[in-house]
Amino acid sequence: MTSPDHDPRRDGAGPEPATVSITDCSLSFGDLEVLANVSLAVEPGEFVGVVGPNGAGKTTLLRLVSGALEPDDGTITIDGTDVHDLSSRASSRLVSVVPQDTTLSFSFPVRDVVEMGRHPHRSRFSSPSPGDRAAVERALERTRTADLADRPIDEISGGQRQRVVLARAISQETPVMLLDEPTASLDVNHQVETLELVRELVDEGRTVIAAIHDLDLAARYCDRLAMLADGSVVRDGPPAEVLTGDALADSFDANAVVTPNPVTRTETVTAFAGEREAEPLPDRVHVLGAGSAAAGVLARLEAADVAVSLGPVSSGDSAAETARSLGVDTVETEPFARPTAAEIETISSLVQEADATVLADFTVGSGNRALLDSLDETDSLVLVETRPFAERNFAGGEARERYERYRERGIEVPGSRVLEAVSTVGANRSRSRSSAAPDSRESTDD
Amino acid sequence: MYRPARTAVWSVGLFALLLAVALVSATFGPVRIDPATVAMAMLNAVVVPAGVTVGTVPVLGIPVPVPGLEYAAVFSFDVPETRQIIVADIRLPRIALAATVGFALAAAGTVMQGFFRNPLADPSIIGVSSGAAAGAVAAIAFPALIPFGSLHLSAFVGALATAFLVYAIATDGGRTPVATLLLAGVAVQAFLGAMISYMLVHSGDSLREAVVWMMGHLNNSQWSDVRFALPVALVGVFVLCAFRRELNVLLLGEEDANHLGVEVERTKLLLLAIASVVTAAGVAVAGVIGFVGLVVPHVMRLIVGPDHRILLPTSALAGASFLVATDTLARAGPAVVPVGIITAALGAPFFLFLLTRREVHSL
Repeated sequence: MTSPDHDPRRDGAGPEPATVSITDCSLSFGDLEVLANVSLAVEPGEFVGVVGPNGAGKTTLLRLVSGALEPDDGTITIDGTDVHDLSSRASSRLVSVVPQDTTLSFSFPVRDVVEMGRHPHRSRFSSPSPGDRAAVERALERTRTADLADRPIDEISGGQRQRVVLARAISQETPVMLLDEPTASLDVNHQVETLELVRELVDEGRTVIAAIHDLDLAARYCDRLAMLADGSVVRDGPPAEVLTGDALADSFDANAVVTPNPVTRTETVTAFAGEREAEPLPDRVHVLGAGSAAAGVLARLEAADVAVSLGPVSSGDSAAETARSLGVDTVETEPFARPTAAEIETISSLVQEADATVLADFTVGSGNRALLDSLDETDSLVLVETRPFAERNFAGGEARERYERYRERGIEVPGSRVLEAVSTVGANRSRSRSSAAPDSRESTDD
Repeated sequence: MYRPARTAVWSVGLFALLLAVALVSATFGPVRIDPATVAMAMLNAVVVPAGVTVGTVPVLGIPVPVPGLEYAAVFSFDVPETRQIIVADIRLPRIALAATVGFALAAAGTVMQGFFRNPLADPSIIGVSSGAAAGAVAAIAFPALIPFGSLHLSAFVGALATAFLVYAIATDGGRTPVATLLLAGVAVQAFLGAMISYMLVHSGDSLREAVVWMMGHLNNSQWSDVRFALPVALVGVFVLCAFRRELNVLLLGEEDANHLGVEVERTKLLLLAIASVVTAAGVAVAGVIGFVGLVVPHVMRLIVGPDHRILLPTSALAGASFLVATDTLARAGPAVVPVGIITAALGAPFFLFLLTRREVHSL
């Protein structure tokens, strides 16, 4: 009883699945090599997330697959057909694209913009068929833009516009969808909603390649991740294998820890600002200080796999709590109590053993003035200050003078750059140790 | 979603408006004629093909048979002969030509604004009018140098040659970036402006004729002008209408349009070529009539929306009515002036009014 022109794809079951193969593709813009020998095979019904730092070539890769750019070398095929051999019409029936920049400066109603997705399926003089109308309404429903359908496209928010453009791509009913940062301007609720929808489209048999900035979301929704860096696929596999601290360090120049998300049980990336330095990180760092300044320093050092110790710190301080949760070796003192002689002894030896010592909002009281003696002996000081010293000095003018001298000898940095600073002072110290130089103060007295 | 019925209703309504404007226009002139007589005289002028004749045209001295159509009048109302002549042979050709030119310019303007995604685009943005003016001024000032003899043909050829030149300059490796096209158009127009000025300086006694032509006028309109311009405009606008959906999709940008199945470069070439031919046909018979192609599409966009499926046919029909109405003012107003003066004098303040009301902020 099926009519001759009955098309099962119009029933919402999704189009036939298709394979995308990118083989040895290279592309240069002038002298700038954007992609170098990129290969990626995407199976039918697979959701591949392309991740990587800005400028890694994610958008360029998607534009190669969409046919907007032609590779200098290599081929891109969809179900065995080279995309560059296809007419626009033929390729627009195979691949739909959700571009990153969705700015539209004319006032078409949202529904008409979604209807443009039906263009490849219509002949020149036909009015929209019932099938076209149904596909448009379905796409509006699925992207939850049906209530916007009669609003002009230039009067809705950027996030709404992004969903409308996704609806347009859905109404195109193609086996392959390319999404360039589909969640970039969405709020957290719509990010998840949109990716749930994309996941649904994939489960219906569509093949989706998406550039995704948010690594956590990429890990949560993609079957596979391809990590691009400097125009090459550096890793390709399940999210758990691709998102590792080392991989992120290599590709993103980031200090990041990857931990399982307690709720979704997928990989969660926590990155810290600051680049990995050319200088090797020191092995041991001691931190004197308190409060959020010290806590931030501890977290950054710990994330960079540096052995950290902290003290003295009052047991109720937020830095002490952070140290406990990170498992940092800590010398805790009772609140408002002076450190004991034994504790000062321990701290002095920690300072001596450390490659670098960080003063993070270090508070000088009459009780820990003795600590300053041990600081006089180290020349690898880093100062991280968020509050003026006057507020932290309870030991008078002499303490202030000594602290000023630490300032001159050490490096003063904002908390975000502490890794760089400890690397620098740590490297100086190991150099001076290995050359067994005489005491520099004597030589300058000559 | 787009409803074809809405376009049909608007088009039929605007066509009825055009007929009404034409009827009213034909009553005005040195001799006032009442509307009933005008209507009857107009109906008397309606002819239908009634038979085929074979005439001969001498080609290189040899008579070549050419088939022609024989026409027969449909109506024969009783109208005084002088009135019939005034309406059918003097006023109607001018009204028909005004409608044709307005139709062509407004349609081409709509297409150019959509094509360039630029609200300031008008039919002559790639130099069509300048080319036509150069051709016409050359024909007027140096008739001996122009082989075509005909002013209209010279303007038409100048217009198309300029459009082709601009397109060729802006095309590199099979791609024609819209911005390059725009700038090439500006540069070529500036160059042609210099050429035209040079020719005007040396035009001697024909200066006045050349200047009046460039202002755009419909004086001395003949049915032969209509027979040349109307088929070009009708066929051209019909072809443009066939690409209305592509025009919509092109508004998304060329890369997106390509992803939605539009062969971008081919469609651009076709739209540009047809819009230029349609503009050239209008400009060749009427001179450079400004603002019709700029303002009418904007006004219609405010009324019917930006969708080219309804915007293009309604703009074309509204342009026809607009030019018939303004030309009536030009020929039967307090002073007889070239219609180009009226369209700009009315169009520019109206456009400024829209701008300051912030009505025109996008396509």
